[in-house]
Amino acid sequence: MSIVIADEPRVAAPPPPEPVVPRRNYLNTEYGVLSWLLTVDHKRIGILYLVSISAFFVVGGIAAGLVRLNLLSPTGAILTEDQYNRMFTAHGVVMLFLFLIPSIPAVFGNFFVPMMIGAKDLAFPKLNLASWYVFMIGAGFAVYAVLVGGIDTGWTLYPPYSSRSHTNVTPGVFGVFITGFSSIMTGLNIMVTIHKMRCPGMTWGRLPLFIWAMYATSFIQLLGTPVVAITLLLLLAERVGGVGIFDPAIGGDPVLYQHMFWFYSHPAVYIMIVPGMGVVSEILTCFSRKNIFGYKAIAWSSVGIAVVGFLVWAHHMYVAGIAYYSALLFSFLTMLVAVPSAIKVFNWLATLFRGSITFHAPMLYTLAFLVLFTVGGVTGLFLATLGTDIHLHDTYFVVAHFHFVMVGGMVLAYMAALHYWWPKMTGRMYSDFWSRASATIIFVGFFFTFVPQFVLGYHGMPRRYPNYPQEFQIYNVLSTAGASILGFGYLLPGIYLPLSLFFGVKSPANPWSATGLEWQCPSPPTTFNFDFVPVVVCGPYEYAIGVDQLGRGLPDPPGPGDAASPYRPVGPAGPIHKETEVVG
Amino acid sequence: MSASTHSPVLKHHFDNLEQQHSAERLGMWMFLATEVLFFSGLFVAYTIYRHWYPAEFQFASSHLILWIAGLNTGFLITSSLTMTLAIRSAQQGNRSALIRHLIATAALGTAFMGFKAYEYATDVEEKFVPGWIFQEEYAEAVADLSEKDHSTAHAKHNPVRELAKLNLDKSVNDPGYISPQRVQLFLCFYYVMTGIHGIHIIVGIGCILWLVQQAYCGKIPRENYSTVEVVSLYWHLVDMIWLFLMPLLYLAGGGLKH
Ligand code: HEM
Ligand SMILES: [Cu+2]
Repeated sequence: MSIVIADEPRVAAPPPPEPVVPRRNYLNTEYGVLSWLLTVDHKRIGILYLVSISAFFVVGGIAAGLVRLNLLSPTGAILTEDQYNRMFTAHGVVMLFLFLIPSIPAVFGNFFVPMMIGAKDLAFPKLNLASWYVFMIGAGFAVYAVLVGGIDTGWTLYPPYSSRSHTNVTPGVFGVFITGFSSIMTGLNIMVTIHKMRCPGMTWGRLPLFIWAMYATSFIQLLGTPVVAITLLLLLAERVGGVGIFDPAIGGDPVLYQHMFWFYSHPAVYIMIVPGMGVVSEILTCFSRKNIFGYKAIAWSSVGIAVVGFLVWAHHMYVAGIAYYSALLFSFLTMLVAVPSAIKVFNWLATLFRGSITFHAPMLYTLAFLVLFTVGGVTGLFLATLGTDIHLHDTYFVVAHFHFVMVGGMVLAYMAALHYWWPKMTGRMYSDFWSRASATIIFVGFFFTFVPQFVLGYHGMPRRYPNYPQEFQIYNVLSTAGASILGFGYLLPGIYLPLSLFFGVKSPANPWSATGLEWQCPSPPTTFNFDFVPVVVCGPYEYAIGVDQLGRGLPDPPGPGDAASPYRPVGPAGPIHKETEVVG
Repeated sequence: MSASTHSPVLKHHFDNLEQQHSAERLGMWMFLATEVLFFSGLFVAYTIYRHWYPAEFQFASSHLILWIAGLNTGFLITSSLTMTLAIRSAQQGNRSALIRHLIATAALGTAFMGFKAYEYATDVEEKFVPGWIFQEEYAEAVADLSEKDHSTAHAKHNPVRELAKLNLDKSVNDPGYISPQRVQLFLCFYYVMTGIHGIHIIVGIGCILWLVQQAYCGKIPRENYSTVEVVSLYWHLVDMIWLFLMPLLYLAGGGLKH
């Protein structure tokens, strides 16, 4: 007698019925301005942040546009030298402190962390609302400072210049100081929420990677921001009081400011990128219909970045007069911090490998992220190398490096998150065509803008200079041309996303056929997110067997997207048709 | 704790009181971590400069008013005791004792601030303030000292003039010269550190008065004692920071007296 093992096809669990669309969701429970300004609902606060930082993005973008326009001509096309200094400072301050730092944590962290771990709200809803007010007050000061009067020190605000400059440094520093508290509040709230509010079954090993990333980010926000707060306070005291501890006239050391500033501001670049990495992990698995490769590696590398990121700050100061041996040590440690980022990139690649990839807008943004972030990270290693950095420091090479990671990385991850979660947040689908178009245009525009800057920097064009020799003009013109393409690309979502609120197709609860808990509540969610207590039974990315975290089947994923029914085509990419089987 | 699910102090987004309280406690501990980092920036900077300029730090430190600092230390340590007693009263549901202990804590904190204010006033009067106040006084003292008869020199007595006398006939590179600039550097630390600490004390007093009001309205029942505990954590931290500030600022003189 022989035993025949039949190769029976596995049957996927049935997808849950589409939840009844509730009459009341978080958007229409209450109306009126006050219902927004006094809300303690984490979702509404997320929207408040979304609206405000979008406005700051526009402000920062206009400043960038003016800077690039001015660089069209070797002698400065439209601005005086003074105005030029004020413009690039305005751009840096607004983009970094008012857009990038709050971007993903305050908008999507607020909105989705509770939903993804099955909680009704963040642990401290009132603190959450307070954080928005604190942010807006700080932003008010900062925007006032950079627009009325202006600041000419650059976003790094190095003394002794910043303590003597006749521009509007005082309110600017004060504004940045205040927004720091908002960042601390958000980080604290998210961290406590992740610790204490997970639903039954949501163990640490089943947390979506976005949650791990947010955890690491909050860790940096909690431990880094207070240091920059005290640094800025000391700077402020020095400006207002006329003497201070960075003042060389009384024996103070301005380089100490740089140490303290970068002790925060290097980790802060990870506040800017780690949440983006979390978003990428979510989207990549969903749109390649595969389990994530190396869950633990990605999760722990977020934590690794958060810890090692605190040990590398002096790579910004190689030529500021620090000791040779400490520069050597920091060079080594900086190379070390690139390792966790590389681990992530390799795991993402392995996740893509033989996946059933579809190219919807969130995925296009994510793929663009992968390419651009990798270039940015690798050029970071050029800068980390002591010898090369002496040549490259304070040139356009550095500018190109950090724009690849911050714009190519974080802003694209932010756009990806926005497109991925938009249907959940608003209940509407946006235009498939235009969203893909904008992703493509941004990608192309980005390359044109910043690749020439690598060349410029390598050939020695210093950053923050309004003038340059004639032979650099071609690269600067290229870069400005690219910037206008880029700007157009950013303009598009500013049009089709708001339009989708009125004309968009209604979105089902789980339009991307994703596994996370946030897709199990209706779109848009009700005020308390879940009508039931969710019980999680499996890991976050069970695309191979096609079940969500509640153990229910997935609806059909969107196919390659044909024009007739762009949002719910029957695709070939269903979980059980895959030719390889990935378990684990 | 089935009774607690319907407790009026349970907030809607928590499952039970235990979860709520542990979240509150964890939140406060994390906040304390940020506070420690906030002050540690100052401590690091202080350490560096003290290492660079020991003589100036010694001089300046020994001219601060030690008895006030000592007394204030006593106030704060006692206030930590009364704060802890307040938690105990809250746990026992003893409202009047709770209010009594909270008020005692706030009073001790206020006493601290009162003496601190007196100390600042004295410092200002003695021109022991970095910046133009110090510099003008120093210049004036030097001018007075260079007058042959020294007639005005003993009219006023303060640390700045003492420093000028000490440096009389010495040039910058002589041993024993105490740089008036670097003395001001110490004073920057003194004012920034005690100033920030004072703001923390004021915030703490505010929180305690808020607790008093809550307790008075009966909003701190036994099962909600952790509100008191959370505030106490903050208060203890502020107290502890003072225990570091006090020796760093006031005892760095090493018994040096002129
Ligand atoms: C992959 C690991 C990375 C390495 C090894 C690295 C290395 C460096 C180094 C050595 C510098 C200093 C260059 C100089 O001033 O001479 C630098 C500058 C910078 N990096 Fe990175 N970086 C990395 C990732 C990132 C990320 C992820 C971000 C932001 C999201 C970022 C943002 C910045 C910024 C803003 C600056 C310039 C700051 C300024 O001077 O204004 N970097 N990077
Ligand atoms: Cu860095």
